[in-house]
Amino acid sequence: MRNALIRALCEQADGDDRVFLVTGDLGWSVVEPFAERHADRFLNAGVAEQNMVGLATGLAQAGFVPFVYSIATFASMRAYEQIRNGPVVHGLPVRIVGIGGGFAYGPGGATHFALEDLCIMRCQPALTVIAPADPAQTLSVLRAIRDVRGPVYLRIGKGGNREVPNLDGRFALGRPEVVRAGADVLILATGAIATAALEAAAMLAPWGLSVAVAVLAHVPYTTTAALTELLAGFRAIVTVEEGFVAGGLGSLVAETIAQRGLAARLRICGVTVPLDGISGSETSMRQRAGLSVESLAQAVAELSGAR
Amino acid sequence: MPTDETGGHVSLPWMTTTVRRWIVEQSLRSNVGHVASALSIVDIMVALWASVMRDPGTSVATRDRFILAKGHASLALYSVLRLMNRLDEPTFRTYCADGSLLGVHPEARLPGVDLSTGSLGQGLSVACGLAYGLRCRRQPSRVFVLMSDGECNEGQVWEAVQFAAHHRLENLTAVIDLNGVQALGFTRDILDSSPMAEKWRAFGWEAVEVDGHDLKELVPACATSGRGRPKVVVARTVQGKGVSFMEGKLEWHYRNLTPELAAQALAELQAPCETR
Repeated sequence: MRNALIRALCEQADGDDRVFLVTGDLGWSVVEPFAERHADRFLNAGVAEQNMVGLATGLAQAGFVPFVYSIATFASMRAYEQIRNGPVVHGLPVRIVGIGGGFAYGPGGATHFALEDLCIMRCQPALTVIAPADPAQTLSVLRAIRDVRGPVYLRIGKGGNREVPNLDGRFALGRPEVVRAGADVLILATGAIATAALEAAAMLAPWGLSVAVAVLAHVPYTTTAALTELLAGFRAIVTVEEGFVAGGLGSLVAETIAQRGLAARLRICGVTVPLDGISGSETSMRQRAGLSVESLAQAVAELSGAR
Repeated sequence: MPTDETGGHVSLPWMTTTVRRWIVEQSLRSNVGHVASALSIVDIMVALWASVMRDPGTSVATRDRFILAKGHASLALYSVLRLMNRLDEPTFRTYCADGSLLGVHPEARLPGVDLSTGSLGQGLSVACGLAYGLRCRRQPSRVFVLMSDGECNEGQVWEAVQFAAHHRLENLTAVIDLNGVQALGFTRDILDSSPMAEKWRAFGWEAVEVDGHDLKELVPACATSGRGRPKVVVARTVQGKGVSFMEGKLEWHYRNLTPELAAQALAELQAPCETR
């Protein structure tokens, strides 16, 4: 997903002289195409994320649209106050790119697990938070945010992200994209884990359970009409996000159900236990957190059986 | 350019005294502290705004930019904006009133303010980004950032110091208000920042030290940029300068004025007679 992002950014920069890329000394074998093609709009700020976000704030004030690139933990947390006091407070078009949401850096351990980014970013009403599900959707996101005046947080997969079947790169702000039709239960997923949600739905088909799947890449501060409309069509909803559950996608859906008076039961699937020092592959870390395809299928089955 | 009430020409010393009087009067009126921090930077502010900077506080694209990184001295900024006719007196008097844009820390929504500040250590980074971006855009603007010495405790400051030197940001000038006082004590007792100028020099900046209350030193030091690199003007100042009972006194970092003390302060702050 990150290579797709940089390729698309290169092209966008061809026709838009405001596009600027700043990296915190990360992105080996990823950022080079941009650095070579647009050397005058590329900066390596060094291992200094706080300064990097400050730089981006100043660059935006000088008329640029800076993309700030780092691993999601560093991009979202090391410079959180700088993001808030800079682009957020001033309404500037800075794009914070956090690479490797969730357990994408599995063997990297606790310092590299981005589990809080969605919730800490979503709690800023002036910040647009987007976690694309696959490379094709990432390209659509880039086009869609071109004219967003304020700041955007992009949670981007690390690499090797598979295409989500039937998503076909669809994206619009605030709009869930249905990738599988179904009548009994809706699974709503954000980010690269959407493929697991689809596989879980397929796994349940032989048992006669009709499971719909939708992708919500833009996780807004408050619900949208399109999201409410989708949720209103189901009596059972399972949300899937690769991160701590407080304040993220599940919270958004819970808020929507409660405040719009929807008659749906909800199961929030995400990370619910504290970091415990264990690391491993992304697959194994998802499994430990109850986010494997089997665990998701079980969650759906339990919720539908509770009718 | 600033004028007095009758539209007459005024000198820089008249301006600094007038600004100090406005700070004292408004601090009393609003019953808000940080008065000594504001008095500390008055001469630096007047040197920059009334003499050095090009079109300061305007919306002219080629204007020089100004960031008050030590945002808690905002009353000095509001006073200078008033001096430069960028802020009218009734608005100035809303300082810290309910619903006002003039808070304890400056807001970019207020015309003439380039950056909202108040969280120390962040202004220099934004100034670096601005200086870099304006240079990319081939704009002649210079970027000035006024920092406190206590602020240099922040690690982010030194990230930015390295960046500016590495990228030879000649259009960037930092001024450090070296008053030796921070919130809970003297900087030498908390995190000794000396020798300040030598530290910046070691990082690759052009560094000069001046008397931060002497306009004859401040103006030329700020008027010229670094040669092929960023410049820092380390301005030795006295917190509460101009008011004898505040000068160098720790408690005036936070204390509020009483009507009696304000009267005493104003008696000490007499503007020189002006020739028209």
